[in-house]
Amino acid sequence: MYTFSSKLKTFSFILMALGLLGIGYGFLTAPKDIQEVEKILAADSHGGHVEVKHEVSSESVAAHAVVADHKEVDLAVEGTEATTALEGHNEVAAATETHVAVVDNHNEVNEAAEHEEHLTHVLHQMQNKPWAALYVACIFFLLISMGVLAFYAIQQVASAGWSPVLFRVMQGITAYLPWGSVIFFVFLILCGLHFNHLFIWLDPEVVAHDKLIATKTGYLNFPFWIARAAIFLIGWNLYRYYSAKNCLAQDESNDDSFYKKNFNISAGFLVFFIVTESIMSWDWIMSIDPHWFSTLFGWYVFASFFVSGITMIAMVTLYLKSKGYLEHVNTSHIHDLAKFMFGFSVFWTYLWFSQFMLIWYANIPEEITYFITRIELYNLPFFGAVVMNFVFPILILVNTDFKRITWILVMAGVVILAGHYIDFFNMIMPGTVGDSWFIGISEIASVLFFMGLFIYVVFTALAKSPLLPKRNPYIEESKHFHY
Amino acid sequence: MSNKVIYAIYNDDDILMDAVKQTRAAHHHIEEVFTPFPVHGLDKAMGLAPTRLAICSFIYGCIGISFATWMMNFIMIQDWPQDIGGKPSFSYIENMPAFVPIMFEMTVFFAAHLMVITFYMRSKLWPFKQAENPDVRTTDDHFLMEVAVNNNEEELVSFFTNTGAIEVKVIEKH
Repeated sequence: MYTFSSKLKTFSFILMALGLLGIGYGFLTAPKDIQEVEKILAADSHGGHVEVKHEVSSESVAAHAVVADHKEVDLAVEGTEATTALEGHNEVAAATETHVAVVDNHNEVNEAAEHEEHLTHVLHQMQNKPWAALYVACIFFLLISMGVLAFYAIQQVASAGWSPVLFRVMQGITAYLPWGSVIFFVFLILCGLHFNHLFIWLDPEVVAHDKLIATKTGYLNFPFWIARAAIFLIGWNLYRYYSAKNCLAQDESNDDSFYKKNFNISAGFLVFFIVTESIMSWDWIMSIDPHWFSTLFGWYVFASFFVSGITMIAMVTLYLKSKGYLEHVNTSHIHDLAKFMFGFSVFWTYLWFSQFMLIWYANIPEEITYFITRIELYNLPFFGAVVMNFVFPILILVNTDFKRITWILVMAGVVILAGHYIDFFNMIMPGTVGDSWFIGISEIASVLFFMGLFIYVVFTALAKSPLLPKRNPYIEESKHFHY
Repeated sequence: MSNKVIYAIYNDDDILMDAVKQTRAAHHHIEEVFTPFPVHGLDKAMGLAPTRLAICSFIYGCIGISFATWMMNFIMIQDWPQDIGGKPSFSYIENMPAFVPIMFEMTVFFAAHLMVITFYMRSKLWPFKQAENPDVRTTDDHFLMEVAVNNNEEELVSFFTNTGAIEVKVIEKH
């Protein structure tokens, strides 16, 4: 039996306390009216360029960037990549400045109104920011436990012989699911009660002026949306509850009936999961950009949280092993987890690129805006996520020996988890805070809070049952698993 | 005399694995093991050095991706630029996303084919080569371990009979 060490418990409480403080700070310091926004913008814009960037809406910056790009190509400037990029940048600045000048000369009255409208827009973005930061961290940890649950169900259905010694670790991690679900569901209800504007289609005022969203109201409306969320979360939690219960009952049983029961409910769950997972990704993430759609979005989100879940299993396993528990988990088990981390990192990249390339190639305005926003305004996190989730893991984990070395695995795991947090950040932030994004106190505090809660819940659950499912029919094979 | 070898024949891969471990523990020199299918972990049990094929594969992959980069640059940028879907065609880097599938496929193609060819060359295999199996049953359902004899014929025969061999033969090898 594992005992939750008081050190780790204190650590989780400190994380939660720090997180709560930071979240509170984020909400209190969010601007209340457009005067405050104006002050913040004035303080932000030391150089003229930043001001120009704020004067015009992000869409026109994007449009100008495209024009500038075309000029670059027509000129066919030979030279290094860096100079080309730099020149492109200058052209954008020049183009936007001219644009502003034109506005100034021709229509001063209109400009004042536009300026106020822009300030209101930025105000909404800044008020959304602490909510969005909370939302990203909340959904990220919820989906990590979902990724582990899906992995666990696959192991059950595949009758995998290698993994039963890790079942209790997986069940421990999925113990976070009910907690995460409740918090997440409350958050969705708060969205529906207009505490924030993360989902603009929830605002009847927006829908009234937006034909595209208006045609989608049959699907995107609050009652249907929240009912779907309730069904999905209850369904997943029911499977988690009964599966863990049967696994414990199997320990004391005289036959394999509980094991067989688990096989059946796991198969049923996987069918339910793959349908609800797709719909979940549209409802909770894709609908933040309600004009945009991608048909492989469900898979893309799945790949992201599935690899995070597997990485989390590896991290918790390595932690427990370092404390002297899980004596039956040998380097071959760790090696296999590392292979999954490697493989699903590549799978994520495959989907990331598939989504990107088709939209990049077709270059249809209603689709390409999604990536224009991310490349123009979120350049570092957008490409940083690819480096952290693909380049780094593939280079470090391609080596067989590295897959068995604890410190390398921990390092790779931390980078993968951080990278997939940024991936979710990239999915959610552009549609909610636009170019007012920043990874600051709100974002870090939200992650700290949910990490603390996650550690507390997971390790409390791990301490409640023996770490070896001793009567699982494959347990002998799993103990002797040798690659 | 030094050309004499023992052929110990088994009919189960688990028994074979145990026999290989016992033989190694008793410090008899295993020349070769013939099996109808790849037996998992046999190479480690026999004490063979780890394969370096993975390193070759990595190098071949690098050659493949370099070749694809050069090839697409030559075809699509230098030799015959075309306007495809309005994409500017005078810069490799700006068209790079379109070439990623080709770079990926070339990497796989080079790694896979060159690795197989390397494997054949290292195993001294080529088309129409005569089989070297000492016993034709090793292509069906039997496993054969070949062990060198050093004036200890009697001892070895009884040793292998005890390891569960269904047949033990002493052969003069040429």
